[in-house]
Amino acid sequence: MALSREQIAKRIAQELKDGYYVNLGIGIPTLVANYIPDDIEVMLQSENGLLGMGQFPTDDQVDADLINAGKQTVTMATGASLFSSAESFAMIRGGHVDLTVLGAFEVDVSGNIASWMIPGKLIKGMGGAMDLVAGADNIIVTMMHADKKGNSKILDACTLPLTGAQCIKKVVTDLAVLEIKDGAFHLIERAPDVTVEEIIQKTAGKLIVPAVVPVMAV
Amino acid sequence: MAGLNKVVESYDQALAGLTDNMTLMVGGFGLCGIPENLIIKMRDMGVKGLTCISNNAGVDDFGLGLLLQKKQIDRIYASYVGENALFEQQMLSGELDVILTPQGTLAEKIRAGGAGIPAFFTATGYGTPVADGKETREIDGRHYVLEPSLTADFALIKAWKADTMGNLIYRNTAMNFNPMMATAGKITVVEVEEIVPAGSFDPHHIHTPGIYVNRVIKGSFEKRIEQRTTREA
Repeated sequence: MALSREQIAKRIAQELKDGYYVNLGIGIPTLVANYIPDDIEVMLQSENGLLGMGQFPTDDQVDADLINAGKQTVTMATGASLFSSAESFAMIRGGHVDLTVLGAFEVDVSGNIASWMIPGKLIKGMGGAMDLVAGADNIIVTMMHADKKGNSKILDACTLPLTGAQCIKKVVTDLAVLEIKDGAFHLIERAPDVTVEEIIQKTAGKLIVPAVVPVMAV
Repeated sequence: MAGLNKVVESYDQALAGLTDNMTLMVGGFGLCGIPENLIIKMRDMGVKGLTCISNNAGVDDFGLGLLLQKKQIDRIYASYVGENALFEQQMLSGELDVILTPQGTLAEKIRAGGAGIPAFFTATGYGTPVADGKETREIDGRHYVLEPSLTADFALIKAWKADTMGNLIYRNTAMNFNPMMATAGKITVVEVEEIVPAGSFDPHHIHTPGIYVNRVIKGSFEKRIEQRTTREA
């Protein structure tokens, strides 16, 4: 079985380390916050100007002046700080954020990512994604391995306009954990009950498969 | 003699001199921290041919969406415009020239503009359509794009509190683009929830010094929420 959105988030949460400052993108990345291990302390950065994002508010805590980058109402965690967008992107561009998790339409063997524009369809804009992929050394991309028709989104070369070039090293999909190095995807883990054959079949880009592929703990 | 007193009493005074074809910066992230009533006043003034620099474009019936409804904006610099159907329609028809700009680059273009820096190199957007037609340079083995800074005829911003000398304090994430925009407008107009006498603020707590601010007006705000998201108590 392919992983659910929650299971993907749970797997990514295993990449969090004690003391990390983390930026979580919109969609599945946001769900990662629900699976932060109890025995570590991490701080979530929201690029609209909040370090130390807390849980969603209760009804009586809702504050129109306190939102996250997805424009959802939020609260502040202990030790939170507030700042301008310029300061926020100084943190991001300056490489001060330890881990960035974001979604994508396509990734390729060179570490290129396309996530913001499908020509001919509605163009919504890149928001902070281009800055995040340019600024972070440690980026995890989360996405579906293939589209609904079974077409792979793990490619030799992205077909859509790029968000960033040669910046992605790790991808967690509904089928597998992949690392990108030396011009190829390397299969690190597979989802429970997903065969290596299915992953090979749904990976269009060059894929290196080791003799033994461990199963994800989700 | 007005001296250093920046307070104006009417929206006519607040936007005096704002005319057709000007370039404006408008603060806010989504609908959070936008100068709601200054935007409404611009709609009522009917100024046209505007170039707007703003992270987003409001929603159809609030924020900058109000100016889109009346086709007052010709060109917009923004990072994300996904919440606005009118915007999409005007962009696809070619009525609206849209310069999509990465959010951090947009913030820095404005910061640089206000700080007297004409352009800067950033890795953001290298190898993407954002870099098309721009000068690039390799520095210490990494590729960068030269991004020109931005300034505006008017910066229209929202703060929580001002003193009469135009010193500003923002609240929570309603700060966002407002502090940089305050520095980058030839005329900076600030709409606030409360005006206090000069000397009331602890100088340690002032976010934007009054030197950047030309006019302050007290407004009353709807503070519309785009994504009200809650948990059980």
